[in-house]
Amino acid sequence: MNEFSKEQLNFLKGQKKHRRIVNISRVLILFSFLFLWEFSANVGWIDSFIFSSPSKIALCFWEMVTDRSIFLHIGVTLYETIISFILVILISVLAAVCLWFSKKLSEILDPYLVVLNSLPKSALAPLLIVWLGANRMTIIVAGMSVAIFGSILSLYTNFITVDPGKIKLIYTLQGSRLQALTKVVLPHSLPAIISNMKVNIGLCLVGVIIGEFLAARNGLGYLIIYSSQVFS
Amino acid sequence: MEQVLELKNIHYTYHTLDGETPALTDISFSLNKGEFVAIVGPSGCGKSTLLSLIAGLITPERGLIKINGKYLRESTTNIGYMLQHDELFEWRTIYHNVLLGLEVQHMLSAKTRARAHELLDIYGLKNFEKSHPSELSGGMRQRAALIRTLVLEPDILLLDEPFSALDYQTRLTVGDDIGQIIRQEEKSALLVTHDLSEAVSLADRVIILSGRPAAIRQTIPLIFSLEQDTPLNRRNSPEFKNYFNLIWKELNCDE
Ligand SMILES: Nc1ncnc2c1ncn2[C@@H]1O[C@H](COP(=O)(O)OP(=O)(O)OP(=O)(O)O)[C@@H](O)[C@H]1O
Ligand SMILES: [Mg+2]
Repeated sequence: MNEFSKEQLNFLKGQKKHRRIVNISRVLILFSFLFLWEFSANVGWIDSFIFSSPSKIALCFWEMVTDRSIFLHIGVTLYETIISFILVILISVLAAVCLWFSKKLSEILDPYLVVLNSLPKSALAPLLIVWLGANRMTIIVAGMSVAIFGSILSLYTNFITVDPGKIKLIYTLQGSRLQALTKVVLPHSLPAIISNMKVNIGLCLVGVIIGEFLAARNGLGYLIIYSSQVFS
Repeated sequence: MEQVLELKNIHYTYHTLDGETPALTDISFSLNKGEFVAIVGPSGCGKSTLLSLIAGLITPERGLIKINGKYLRESTTNIGYMLQHDELFEWRTIYHNVLLGLEVQHMLSAKTRARAHELLDIYGLKNFEKSHPSELSGGMRQRAALIRTLVLEPDILLLDEPFSALDYQTRLTVGDDIGQIIRQEEKSALLVTHDLSEAVSLADRVIILSGRPAAIRQTIPLIFSLEQDTPLNRRNSPEFKNYFNLIWKELNCDE
């Protein structure tokens, strides 16, 4: 087991180099992004009132760290994001499963999902406040609203790309449609569900922060508005 | 002789928005216990449709199907259906692929697991139990798919061109292999194939279908005077060519 051939060692070396390049590139991309953000805010390509800039955030962050209030804000945003993320995943998997079970339902709802998905959700945040009041639920709903329709659509689209031969196989084994779901569709879609989760955690954060811009006394969104007002 | 499968005056038509496609007209035949019957016919004539009907995936428009004397709907006989493609799941190991049917039918037990191991061992896949399908050759995958079907102990086997995805040489060996396996396990089998020499070397009887909508054109019993009736010996026998030509002529008689 410990005896590696020269080729294997070369292969391992190659893999190590590969990992190093990946890691360095990741860090590099982060820094160039921060730089670009700062730069474009300073030059005025983007409105720093809405978008803020890394230096402003850093300054404010330091101030908040010294008086410890930052931890409250991060905690609140994190909490709201995770709640809306979990709800989005649960609801969209459930909805996609329902759509998959009923072709009729999916055909009936398809245009509505497409329209709902293409609505500018951030512009609807003020409406949410009117409907639900300026509370935590509004912010969670705002976070969900950004992600949920796209999530349902992409999951359902993935569900129906399952090879029909594999579903036929389940039927030839005298399986039910529920078993086709659990034995074929869900395992087939697991990678898609995971990549969907990766997209959604970001979208939920965006939605939550938009909600906090408008309807919160704490949280990171509130903080960004607050700091841009203080420094600009 | 005991009939395990009987079809009487089966008609089937596909309906789509563009119109209807009659696929089968007035198909009647039966399959005896332990018999191996091959079905040949032009491409697209309705062979897969016929197997889907027998497997109960679709219901005939007219006619009746009896299995072991009972109507298909009430029958509890296990029918094994081997599809044209192996349909092994890449997210499962070969062993767990083989267990799929048992899982679906809630028949997983120490005994059936042992049987799965035994079959994998007998048919040369013991060392690949933990592999994923993509690590196996086409012939091995086909064998795994057959074991997935056999582990359910089916009384009737339906085989839909199970070897057509293989290259010629593998097809010969795997075809002979699987033919032998089915004879060893004393299954009654219905094999759909494009390959006349496959039909002649494996079957007891060949049913020739006409073009779409398929009707039975002729049934040819295959009788070989061989001491050891194996697919390979059949290929080398003088009767082989005669049967081949007979079926070939019958298939192409209206062109
Ligand atoms: N789901 C379907 N809807 C409509 N028409 C169909 C459907 N499935 C098959 N057909 C038509 O029915 C005919 C018979 O199909 P089938 O798959 O049984 O043929 P086959 O003999 O198995 O063909 P092949 O040799 O190519 O496998 C085909 O001509 C096809 O066009
Ligand atoms: Mg076919």
